[in-house]
Amino acid sequence: MAGINGSMAHLSDSLFTTAIAVYAVAMVGYTAEYAFGRKGRIAATVPVSARELVGAGGPPSTLDAPPAADPPRSAADRIGRWSFAITVFGALIHASSIVVRATAVDAVPWSNMYEFASVAGLVGVIAFIALLWRLPAIRHLGGVILLPVILLMFLAGTVFYSKAQPLVPALQSYWLAIHVTLVSIAEGALMTSAVLTGLFLVKQRYDRISVEPGFKPGSLAALASRLPDGNVLDKAAYRIVAFAFPLYTVAIICGAIWAEAAWGRYWGWDPKETWAFIVWVIYACYLHARATAGMKGRWAAWVNLAGFGAIIFNFVIVNMVISGLHSYAGLN
Amino acid sequence: MTGALRTAVRPVRMAWRRLTSMRTALILLFLLAVAAVPGSILPQRPLNPTKTSSYIASHGGWGTFLDRIGLFDVFGSVWFAAIYLLLFVSLIGCLIPRIRLHARAMVRKPLPAPRNLNRLPENGRVEVADSAEAYAAIARRTLGRRWRVTRREEPGGTITLSAEKGYSRETGNLIFHIALLSALVLIAVGKLYSYQGSIIVNQGDGFCNTVAQYDSWNPGRFASEGKVSPAPFCIDKLTKFTATYTDTGEASKFAADVTYRPNVHAKEKKTTITVNHPLRLEGDRVYLINHGFAPQVTIRMPDGSIVHDTQSFVPTDATTFLSEGAFKEPGRTGAKQDVGISGIFAPTPENTPSGIASTSPQVKNPVLAIFVYVGDLNQDGLPQSVYSLDTSKMTKIGAVNLSIGQSKKFANGVSVTFDGWVPWASLQVSHDPTQGFLLIAAVAMVVGLLGSLGVRRRRVWLRITPAVDAPDRSPTVVSVGGLARSDSGNFSTEFTALLKRLREASVPTRESVAAGRE
Repeated sequence: MAGINGSMAHLSDSLFTTAIAVYAVAMVGYTAEYAFGRKGRIAATVPVSARELVGAGGPPSTLDAPPAADPPRSAADRIGRWSFAITVFGALIHASSIVVRATAVDAVPWSNMYEFASVAGLVGVIAFIALLWRLPAIRHLGGVILLPVILLMFLAGTVFYSKAQPLVPALQSYWLAIHVTLVSIAEGALMTSAVLTGLFLVKQRYDRISVEPGFKPGSLAALASRLPDGNVLDKAAYRIVAFAFPLYTVAIICGAIWAEAAWGRYWGWDPKETWAFIVWVIYACYLHARATAGMKGRWAAWVNLAGFGAIIFNFVIVNMVISGLHSYAGLN
Repeated sequence: MTGALRTAVRPVRMAWRRLTSMRTALILLFLLAVAAVPGSILPQRPLNPTKTSSYIASHGGWGTFLDRIGLFDVFGSVWFAAIYLLLFVSLIGCLIPRIRLHARAMVRKPLPAPRNLNRLPENGRVEVADSAEAYAAIARRTLGRRWRVTRREEPGGTITLSAEKGYSRETGNLIFHIALLSALVLIAVGKLYSYQGSIIVNQGDGFCNTVAQYDSWNPGRFASEGKVSPAPFCIDKLTKFTATYTDTGEASKFAADVTYRPNVHAKEKKTTITVNHPLRLEGDRVYLINHGFAPQVTIRMPDGSIVHDTQSFVPTDATTFLSEGAFKEPGRTGAKQDVGISGIFAPTPENTPSGIASTSPQVKNPVLAIFVYVGDLNQDGLPQSVYSLDTSKMTKIGAVNLSIGQSKKFANGVSVTFDGWVPWASLQVSHDPTQGFLLIAAVAMVVGLLGSLGVRRRRVWLRITPAVDAPDRSPTVVSVGGLARSDSGNFSTEFTALLKRLREASVPTRESVAAGRE
């Protein structure tokens, strides 16, 4: 353990700040697409066969993306595409910030709240990028998904921030890399699932009340009217949990194995462990609710949000207010 | 008689059915999560008894009330146990019929094709040039080994194939739940037979794995004193404890070099115990939990005798390791000439207006601040902490800050010399016979979970009808229907791909090129 490379640590901080700025630009872009893009959006949801017909009849395009089958793009659509490219660029800067920090501390850089928030934020962005690949129709909602990420990273850079430090002896274990990586991937994915679930609830409420007589559309209705079908959102949210839940389970088991080696017992109801248990049980509830007739849909969606609420509690309150063995916030 | 019995049994059956319903299980699961919350917010007695009692003391009647309903030991409380035991029973009640059903489904052939495949959520039609008989074989091959396929014949030479896959979804689900139940049983059994003992060992000292030697001892119900040992091992000597710090003052490594014997007759071995790397013996593990300083003093007693003493001090500040402790030197019985010293050890001292402080856990010109008392140590009364002095029957004769080598004379002929210090290590011995099995159960849980959430159940039927009226090499009509039995996901895409493969597997007819999904 050679200590800290100061200039590398500094570079990592600059990259982190840059990544936030880049994400913010992308978010503005997505918001612009959302605000101006009614026409572009409708074109994007027209079935593929119809689009092919339009493309075939249109003038030959000179754009570099596979344009042959696409209709001429609206300004909003172009902004959306640019925003997506900017998001990918931001994710690369973000990732390099983490890699540089790793070089600076000569260990996996997720041993305190700042580093963990940074990694979880990156996972959230990557989950969003992956989601867009499968579900391009929600690109204009990028702002809604990037907002929590930017918020998390802003808090990470200000409230949670701690200087690059060498690992305390308790963290000097390869389980740090395994356990914390799994937790951050699982929680980053669950964050994306929670955002989709929130959108699902908005959409569902809209579907319910927009048919009532005397319905006055508000700003949320404007958002809801442009959301994909509720079933699509619900299904995407579920698939993410179906992916993240086993991962979270493995993360807890790895944590238990590590605790057995470090603290002499695999489970001790330390506040962090207790909340990991609570989170796990709530998502188990979600999976069961979704498999039970009469509890699918809205009920299950609220359980999903409760699960994410518990994750936030476990991250913020347990680290900063409740003391326990997992006191590595690095804030004192 | 039987009627009366039935009337008596009915409410029981109703209760059982309700308990084992999914809705009840869900409520219990949710209650379990909610019930765990106070366990993280209120101090818990098993984790931190001192904090718990001071919390109760400072909250008066409210604290006592919370204590009475078990909120300071949530995970050992009756109501927490009630929730998980009900959940346990509910789960068993739900699993038994499911295991029976699944076992039956595993041996049963896939269901016969419904009369009208067009009515299924996914359906399609393929025309092939092969004979019905030949195409049935081709289709069987195309489906591959992952599908369980049954061939049936209908009147008129029509062949149906019923195909089903994704049995391992339910298998995985059952494995997960059975492994979960086993894990809970193993945890409970482990609790009964486990023990934990911890002891503070000064550098140069040692201990054996017997109850009497431990400072604190937490046995399970069946891990009584006599069962401490598979073979009583001894940590004969803490040869050396080393704490390493970086240039900037952060701890980078703690290591305890020890000599030990796995059992009393074995030869002595050497090893190093570090954080994250316990000494693993057969059935027991020895952990390095904490460390601290033990100052050494030479005391001249009022009667002129000389006493050498080394006492471990407890760190009161986790960052700077400012430590507190006491030396208790009894004089002749009844003479009231005992000497008591309460002290503060500052590894890197700093003088502040409020007294001695420390700036770092590293030792650099340490100072021992002492308050010296003479009188009766009162050790016949209530048990005392080894780190503090009961001064109710003693008189203070002076206070001083000493560096290593310095000494100070007090009244009554008492003098104290600060000779130096040795490190101490807090070692914990843990025994849990079930944790290896628990790990196996945990792995089984994950495997089951992957099957349960990753595998999808699908049913597909093919009805292969020979078109007898047509001239030679007549197209055979194949209608295909599909049903997603769980997690429909993108079954449409899957089905379309399957249809494509079914079409391409045979010699295509001219008509079949135009025919697509209906």
